[in-house]
Amino acid sequence: MSELVTLTIDGVEIKAEPGTSVLRAALENGIYIPHLCDHPDVSSVGICRVCIIEIEGRRPTVSCKTPVEEGMVVTTSNEELEKTRKINLELLVLNHDYNCQSCAKNSQCKLQELTRYIGLDEERIKAMREPELPHEIDDSNPYYLRDLNKCVLCGICVRTCEEIQGDGCIDFAFRGIKTKISVLGDKPIAESTCVTCGECVTRCPVGALVPRREMEPTYEVETICPFCGCGCAIAVGARGGKLVSSRAVPGSPASGGTLCVKGRFGLSFVNSPERLTKPLIRKDGELVEASWEEAISYVAQKLGQYKGDQFAAIASAKCTTEDNYVMQKFTRAVMETNNIDHCARL
Amino acid sequence: MAGLATALGSGAMTNTIAEIETSACIMAIGTSTTEAHPIIGYRVKRAVRNGAKLIVANPQEVPLTQFADLHLPLKPGSDVALLMGMARVIIEESLHDQQYIEQRTENFEAFKQSLEAYTPEFVSDMTGLDWNLVVEAARMYAENGPASILYCMGITQHSHGTDNVLAISNLALITGNLGRVSGGVNPLRGQNNVQGACDMGSLPNVFTGYQQVANDEARSKFEMAWGATLSGKPGLTHTEIFDAAYKGDVKAIYLIGENPVLTEANAAHAIEAMDRVEFFIVQDIFLNETAQKADVVLPAASFAEKNGTFVNTERRVQRVRKVVEPVGEAKPDWWITSAIANEMGADGFAYNSAADIFAEITSVTPSYAGISYQRLEEEGSVQWPCPAPDHPGTPILHAEKFATPSGKGKLMPIEYRPSEECCDFDFPLILTTERNLFQFHSTMTRYSEGLDELSGGEYIMINPQDAEKMGISEGDMVEVSSRRGKLQVKARITRRCQPGVASLSFHFAECPTNLLTSAALDPVAKTPETKVCAIKIEKA
Repeated sequence: MSELVTLTIDGVEIKAEPGTSVLRAALENGIYIPHLCDHPDVSSVGICRVCIIEIEGRRPTVSCKTPVEEGMVVTTSNEELEKTRKINLELLVLNHDYNCQSCAKNSQCKLQELTRYIGLDEERIKAMREPELPHEIDDSNPYYLRDLNKCVLCGICVRTCEEIQGDGCIDFAFRGIKTKISVLGDKPIAESTCVTCGECVTRCPVGALVPRREMEPTYEVETICPFCGCGCAIAVGARGGKLVSSRAVPGSPASGGTLCVKGRFGLSFVNSPERLTKPLIRKDGELVEASWEEAISYVAQKLGQYKGDQFAAIASAKCTTEDNYVMQKFTRAVMETNNIDHCARL
Repeated sequence: MAGLATALGSGAMTNTIAEIETSACIMAIGTSTTEAHPIIGYRVKRAVRNGAKLIVANPQEVPLTQFADLHLPLKPGSDVALLMGMARVIIEESLHDQQYIEQRTENFEAFKQSLEAYTPEFVSDMTGLDWNLVVEAARMYAENGPASILYCMGITQHSHGTDNVLAISNLALITGNLGRVSGGVNPLRGQNNVQGACDMGSLPNVFTGYQQVANDEARSKFEMAWGATLSGKPGLTHTEIFDAAYKGDVKAIYLIGENPVLTEANAAHAIEAMDRVEFFIVQDIFLNETAQKADVVLPAASFAEKNGTFVNTERRVQRVRKVVEPVGEAKPDWWITSAIANEMGADGFAYNSAADIFAEITSVTPSYAGISYQRLEEEGSVQWPCPAPDHPGTPILHAEKFATPSGKGKLMPIEYRPSEECCDFDFPLILTTERNLFQFHSTMTRYSEGLDELSGGEYIMINPQDAEKMGISEGDMVEVSSRRGKLQVKARITRRCQPGVASLSFHFAECPTNLLTSAALDPVAKTPETKVCAIKIEKA
């Protein structure tokens, strides 16, 4: 670790790793600087301009793109900064559809955080607003909605797709007031190369990208994704005995805090009405419901007739380690054969 | 896995997933990583952003090729020729790590001699690749260390799958890439707990932790622990079980959480085998195509309804925790199996929780001995081998010595063997199989709303040249037949397939791909050759 840099923000002396931005250094030390387009997982670009600060001896600049320096003296709030910040915020809010009560991001919205901190002159905004919302909601993807009327063009989704997912299937398109986030050919998202990993959805600071099928859970439990062999840690949300959400556990060693479409959105098979709920025994050619007592006693009595190599077990790579241990112990110790395998070869 | 176990002493991913991001070169062979292991795909793409070289060896133009420095579109089943050809170049151009070979490996001379057969002409002929491409790949791999090789079912699902794996380990050994951070030989396991199921001895030849059933010492240890007399004769493998059932030698099958009606190679044969079995128990979370054939169906709890552990592809043991109560009367799999054992009067199945079972596992499994639920709570995860409570676990295998008897990595001479089935006049195309990002094997994802919509259903992918010859257009319904079966499916015309090769997934009950595939087995690993079979395609 290199030596820490000492700087002063609003009269408070803090220490930070060299290379850290003034914004991140401030936030890590409990000093709030309003910001929107900066996200700790992706590179900083400085396009929203609300994190502006003044550094002694320099002109105002954005704190997310300014690395800390030894002896730096930073001011986050003065009349000029507040004024500039307010104008920058007005430009962001101007064409934002703020139907906050019915928005899925209500109370978790970064734009709400900014308006609360900076303040807005609603009358001034009203006069400048466009009469109609310019964009149709893109509901082509089964797992998330894209509502560009709420997009603030922070570009976090673009950088997420490029830097975290690696595919880069969205980008800024068009110019000036017509600028928007788009896929190649300005088509609905489902017709793009998007693989629905949902990484952008989790990082969108406003309600422009929101999951469609999720509900707020009453509680979450950390477990492991049941699909491929990557072993991503997931926090699964439940409500009323059903699974309602899934998110990556930050710092999961396998995933590094990311997920794919299946781990994030594909767990609803657990809630399926087609799940087996009772043992079934074939009687007169039909599978009919039975009690556990009946099923276990029937199976035990039948298997008693097939001990040795006329018996074979096929265990499952979908089941837990413990399930597999018991199955092979049962096969070897009770059924007296080593005829056990699973799908590792398939 | 058998291949790596022979050469290196352990058949698992040698390095961690996170290390992929800091490799200087990644060779992805027989894996469509972005589709089958999406998170590892992200890491590969990020490594490329960081400047790593990426070699993709795959008959198909899989999505990862977009990011590759080099794509080697080899003929299906010709991997050994490519890999040994690369080894030849590396040694001829002195790009190998002489010191590493001397200190850490054995059998170099015999191996070197076996390379003589892999002349440029021979390699080009077998792989269909220009020799210069092979040379370029060899240099890229050998000159950019640390280099990591990722592979998956495209390597193992062949009648010579073990040879493929050995050829990979040879390449890593001669360049000193084993036991090295961000290097290694990394088989990507397809399912959440394949590693755990193997570790636990859900295999016909080993107890937990790969202790051989044929080894008297190991067997008597388990006889003591379990209070039972145990057989020392290795059992039947997956495909062999269905063969034995077909012949009437196996009369009862107890199957958990699998759907061989769709996933078994040469499925018609396996289905007939299941029909012939006298007593067939299926334990699952759904009444899938296989469960419908059972005499008894036992309802199991899903991953979210029970406690336990999963072991991921990098040997990482992690806790699975119960989120909700099981639906209806469903029970954890261990509970059901134990209940049957108890009813049969067996001792040693009086488990009250998954934690009880894990404690027993660690007491009989040296590589798990230092792991406990308490430790997993505190540390999040531990990578085996972890022989003692104060052992930190093992992120990188073979750091100092290999797990072979001599402690050295064994270089293996390999003779080229073609796939069992070749194209001929009647079946002029090769069919290979692959996975779809939005599906997972055959059952679970079909019940998750939305995934089916994204996956776009099943279609056979055909190269435009072949399609034109056969008069097939995009979206046409075609009949695909092999020596074993036939099915109907829509055609998709795409350059993703090379001429002469067509491709299907195997996720869909509506299109049971494995009716076509061959169950020709690798002689050592007994893996069926689902990646190569000869077919013909006609307009339906």
